[in-house]
Amino acid sequence: MPHEANLRLPGRRVGEQRFVTPGRPALVLGLLGMIALVSICCFMTLGVKGNWGFVLPYRGQKLAGLLLVACAVALSTVLFQTVTNNRILTPSIMGFDALYVLVQTGIMFFLGTGVFALMDPFLRFGMEVVLMIGFSGLLFRWLFLGEERSLHLVVLIGIICGVFFRSVSNFMQRMLDPNAFQVLQDSFFASFSTIDPMLLKLSWVVVLAIVLLLWRMGHVFDVLNLGRATAINLGVNYRRVVITILLIISVLVAISTALVGPITFFGLLVASLAHGLIGNSRHRYILPAAVLLAVICLVGGQTLLERVFAFDTALSIIIEFLGGIVFIVLVIRGAAR
Amino acid sequence: MINATGLMKSFGKTPVINDVSVSLAAGGITSIVGPNGAGKSTLLALISRLMRADAGTVTVDGLDVWTTPASVLARRLSILRQDNHMTARLSVRDLVAFGRYPHSQGRLTLEDKAHVERALDYMALNDLQHRFLDELSGGQRQRAFVAMVLCQDTDYLLLDEPLNNLDMKHAASMMKLLRRVSVELGKTIVLVLHDINFAGYYSDQIVAMRDGRVLRQGPPAEVITSEVLREVYDMEIQVREIDGKPLALFYE
Repeated sequence: MPHEANLRLPGRRVGEQRFVTPGRPALVLGLLGMIALVSICCFMTLGVKGNWGFVLPYRGQKLAGLLLVACAVALSTVLFQTVTNNRILTPSIMGFDALYVLVQTGIMFFLGTGVFALMDPFLRFGMEVVLMIGFSGLLFRWLFLGEERSLHLVVLIGIICGVFFRSVSNFMQRMLDPNAFQVLQDSFFASFSTIDPMLLKLSWVVVLAIVLLLWRMGHVFDVLNLGRATAINLGVNYRRVVITILLIISVLVAISTALVGPITFFGLLVASLAHGLIGNSRHRYILPAAVLLAVICLVGGQTLLERVFAFDTALSIIIEFLGGIVFIVLVIRGAAR
Repeated sequence: MINATGLMKSFGKTPVINDVSVSLAAGGITSIVGPNGAGKSTLLALISRLMRADAGTVTVDGLDVWTTPASVLARRLSILRQDNHMTARLSVRDLVAFGRYPHSQGRLTLEDKAHVERALDYMALNDLQHRFLDELSGGQRQRAFVAMVLCQDTDYLLLDEPLNNLDMKHAASMMKLLRRVSVELGKTIVLVLHDINFAGYYSDQIVAMRDGRVLRQGPPAEVITSEVLREVYDMEIQVREIDGKPLALFYE
């Protein structure tokens, strides 16, 4: 029997087992990958008039920014939903990016324009990220580490925190002198063409390091998805793993907010689409699918708007509109259950 | 051997477990019974490190559950709670395969696959193995989760109300199955049960709790008696012996 031969090697690895529809996730990923590639090509080449030597690096940098944001938002949202064991909450809905704006405003408020504008961008970014990690660590640890809490309670607390952070930032911004406010506002709405190239590179390095780390932790995510009790039962060091993931999420949110400002529902949109398209909950499929979807939305959407409709700024509005609808649908479906 | 000494646990100011010391011998089926709010599930959660006790220690075969690395303990002791809500969309087979996680960290070896097959077989889930959990009835889901902890192949299995959601037929077959697991595979099984007759019929040991304390521990014949049940449940319960098993008539 061919079986016998196999059984003599009990320790042999045989890779992941096949699942119900093994073809579907691979097919979806392939399709998404192709669409993403096409979007990127269109973004780089459509409507070029004049010097390619100028246009390509210029657009390339914009593209690098978009890809970075896509990665950061998709990864942070999917992981956040896994850790909190729900499909409605995202870091932005919980006020992570409002927290980032607050941190930035706080730095400006307490240190002043001179320091803020003249500070080495690396140092400033590093400081913001560290503060962000510290605060979010404090704030969200008790929410997600102890006994399981009711989702409604967590949503409410998140929304209240978000409003609180925004109000405090607004309050501080009003007390700033107009010059300082101007500098601050510029830094919130950093458009893709004005990103500091060094900062962009640094962010890429950080995100790549995170992707590598996530790759190595990969097997834990599917187990966390089963809920706290089951994860502990299966031997996951729950506290440590959850803290690590929440910290990673803080860094990712800081990066994407620093680059394009707060986008509330984008993450929810791509995470929900990824779960829907893939059909099972394996992170090895969900995570890449979410990233690809985010790339398609951002790069493809930007290309469509810029080249086809000749709009310039409406992408975030459209994404927020669609994401908001998804949010409402999810809340209603969740309530009906 | 599971040893709990001086366990205390309060939620807010309400003590739920009040100085419980109990030791559960290895082998056989032990059932924890008692009225609602007696602290049965909390005791199980403390033993299985899902909750941290305010005071006291729990050891399983000499390993302190709170200080032993989670992955080491996961190969000794498994816990299944009554409410297993989750957002993940999984097939039965995927879920059962997760039982092998403590042993293989997500990469199934052939040996793991044999365990998965055996657990599916044991719980008669072969026909359902490719169905998604959200397509199953409550009882089928329950069986799938039990199959997962079975697949984990630990010496100790703690199950919090495994008969929840099950009709008579499935409840009886679940208990028979657990007895088979304990006899054939030599596992120690600790259950929280609501139905004292199921507890009396299938258990080797019964632990009776009330108000966060252990009132009585012993074989069914010693615990399922009118006197003990009056103390535990605050009601008059006649106990008859049928075929050598105590049967409590609590329907009056």
